[in-house]
Amino acid sequence: MSNRLRNLSIPIIAVLLGVVVGTIIMLISGYDAIAAYSALWSGAFGEVYYTGEVVRQVTPYILAGLAVAFAFRTGLFNIGVEGQLIVGWLAAVWVGVAFDLPRFIHLPLAVLAAAVAGGLWAFLPGLLKARFRVHEVIVTIMMNYVALHLTNYIIRRYLPSPSGDRTEKIHATASLRSPFFEELTDFSRLHWGIFIAIIAAIFMWFLLEKTTRGFELRSVGFNQHASQYSGMNVNKNIVLSMVISGVFAGLAGAMEGLGTFGYAAVKGGFTGVGFDGIAVALLGGNAAFGVILAAILFGALKVGSLNMPLESGVPNELVDIIIALIVFFVAASYMIRIVMDRFSKKGVK
Amino acid sequence: MEYVIEMLNIRKEFPGIVANDNITLQVKKGEIHALLGENGAGKSTLMNVLFGLYQPEKGEIRVKGKPVNITNPNIANDLGIGMVHQHFMLVDPFTVTENIILGQETTSKGMIDIKKAENDVRAISEKYGLAVDPSAKIADISVGMQQRVEILKTLYRGAEILIFDEPTAVLTPQEIGELIQIMKTLIKEGKSIILITHKLKEIMEVCDRCTVIRKGKGIGTVTVSETNPNELASLMVGREVTFTTEKTEATPKHNVFEIENLHVKDSRGLGAVNGLNLTVRSGEIVGIAGVDGNGQSELIEAITGLRKIDSGSVKLNGKEITKLSPRKITESGIGHIPQDRHKHGLVLDFPIGENMVLQTYYQEPNSKMGVLNFKNIYKKAKSLIEEFDVRTPSEFTLARALSGGNQQKAIIGREVDRNPDLLIAAQPTRGLDVGAIEFIHKRLIEQRDNGKGVLLVSFELDEIMNVSDRIAVIYEGKIVAIVDPKETTEQELGLLMAGSKRKEAGEVNNV
Repeated sequence: MSNRLRNLSIPIIAVLLGVVVGTIIMLISGYDAIAAYSALWSGAFGEVYYTGEVVRQVTPYILAGLAVAFAFRTGLFNIGVEGQLIVGWLAAVWVGVAFDLPRFIHLPLAVLAAAVAGGLWAFLPGLLKARFRVHEVIVTIMMNYVALHLTNYIIRRYLPSPSGDRTEKIHATASLRSPFFEELTDFSRLHWGIFIAIIAAIFMWFLLEKTTRGFELRSVGFNQHASQYSGMNVNKNIVLSMVISGVFAGLAGAMEGLGTFGYAAVKGGFTGVGFDGIAVALLGGNAAFGVILAAILFGALKVGSLNMPLESGVPNELVDIIIALIVFFVAASYMIRIVMDRFSKKGVK
Repeated sequence: MEYVIEMLNIRKEFPGIVANDNITLQVKKGEIHALLGENGAGKSTLMNVLFGLYQPEKGEIRVKGKPVNITNPNIANDLGIGMVHQHFMLVDPFTVTENIILGQETTSKGMIDIKKAENDVRAISEKYGLAVDPSAKIADISVGMQQRVEILKTLYRGAEILIFDEPTAVLTPQEIGELIQIMKTLIKEGKSIILITHKLKEIMEVCDRCTVIRKGKGIGTVTVSETNPNELASLMVGREVTFTTEKTEATPKHNVFEIENLHVKDSRGLGAVNGLNLTVRSGEIVGIAGVDGNGQSELIEAITGLRKIDSGSVKLNGKEITKLSPRKITESGIGHIPQDRHKHGLVLDFPIGENMVLQTYYQEPNSKMGVLNFKNIYKKAKSLIEEFDVRTPSEFTLARALSGGNQQKAIIGREVDRNPDLLIAAQPTRGLDVGAIEFIHKRLIEQRDNGKGVLLVSFELDEIMNVSDRIAVIYEGKIVAIVDPKETTEQELGLLMAGSKRKEAGEVNNV
């Protein structure tokens, strides 16, 4: 079996296994699995409104997944996507609220602010890793909490609306909202951001696979010693990798701030999108195109699950279980590989 | 005499290749039996069949005359077959004793009885002359000592037949001497040994008989006392092999490379290179001879910009390169075949083709305006692969999948192709078979004949004596003598390497 086919088949098998085990759990718990899945399907694709919502949900998933995948491809674990997303969200909203500018300047400026904020938030762990070999997992996890509480403080202290626990609405000139899409999808919250996400995916693919910079980043990710030997600046590439990853995460925040919500609210906890990004990247094999596919699956599951309790009486937490199972089976892909090897060996004989 | 191990007409296939084709290996009791073959000839596969890791498609295995079916390593253990792996299977933070008993712990009331285990280990180590400290941690003992722990592990499990997988590849000359003593003691105590190797010298020194395999086929078994290294080599490679590298007289010209009063610290912050002076001229090969750990690695890392230089100066073609970055040093005309090809030489998870442009990917025609031109990169790689006889399924194969010799040829191709004024070759033939060694020596000499300077660092005295035009002996971070290979002996070099002053005044070139 060719490598490419095998790499593709493992996530597919993982998804199928996740669904099968999820079904067994439903049956054991006394739920009607067929009704649950048909409710899930119609909740995701049954009406054009739902489909619009799925795409809306897929948008930040793609960017968060790209953030994790990019860092991973260059040998780093960016667990701080959540925090970078939150600061990106606030930065975008701040620009959206504070300035009065024509749309063709205002919107790009707000998106850019999110990218810069996310990038800066990732710069620090990158720098600490490059300079002092502080493990990026520790720093990025801690920075998530700093981001959460710092943005909450800024919203309360500097950007409060009369209600107090969220910012003003952003100006229409900074919004990603699209009346055209809204009408097309029966007034879902679908916005222009999906194109930014797809462009970002193409950018990541091109940068990593086609450019000399990407060659260096991947090389440093695989083998720092050989990279140094061949004259690459290892530390610079580590910092750069974290910053680019953070830019993707910051953009994911802009999708929420400028598209879905149009404001930033004081948060009691994490959005979860940044952490889901880890699962998306894992399922997508850390490749740009794979991340898009995985994001579509996760987005559809998330949005579709909201319909399950209404239509079939199955609690939507079961979808969280299925997602967890899929992640488990991808992580345990070693098992799948062994089974596949057995089968392909038999095929040869 | 009876055979303890008989592997008769063994055939083992992998998808697409036959790794072992009708190989017969018969080991007598109490002999050291060499298994000789090039890298990738199928030695390891055959031993893995014996050890129960692979099942043969055809053939029969007999232990002490009885046919056996070895389906997993535990059965091999029970039959008294033990393997001393080339890459040690040891837990670094554990003590010697803990490693030895791992999986077969002596327990009393559910607790490990470490006292009893230590005594057992001490008893075995005294019986076979394997000096180890049972309570020392693996991380704190030398490589030679670690190997003894591996041997003890097999003896502790009651092994009668010991398989040594290229045991000398990681050892210093002194440790090799000690290992040979150990093997002789083991034989005296009634054990039998299979020695996997491609070093002919060792075979001639310790082995009784030798089975040769070539490209997966059994070539035959010879009695060592009735053969010679030349015959063994041609059996192994399948053609005549020259040992003394043929080369013409060197015609050195101007100074290419000058090191003056160089000081470099090692990773612990201690002085490793202490005021070293050395000159390499164009058209000559300077060999650095020395016992491992006398500053060779630090010297090379300092020259190539991988390690900070404390003081002193390094000049290439008269230009100072002391404080330059690795990239600037590479660009100024230094090629470097690194000592550790996996750590420094290759990105193992990159295709071999992309490894060929590891230092030149940013230059035209490999890329333009920051965008890689894979067509040119792989075209170039393909021609280098052909020129340097790198055996790989294709230029798109991951470097990881190639054998050590072919990885090394790829690195050499890459470095030589850049045509550097100074080529630094650190241990360029470590772990390679005679065919590959011959090839690499030829290339180094070719480089010299093209008027380039070559700096060769090696722990193999044969290599230094054969290839170099001048030998610089390094001791405690200084060049203590410069000798002419034609006028020196291994004995004299050995003494110099051990730090004793030259008694007789030989030809001493200007340092």
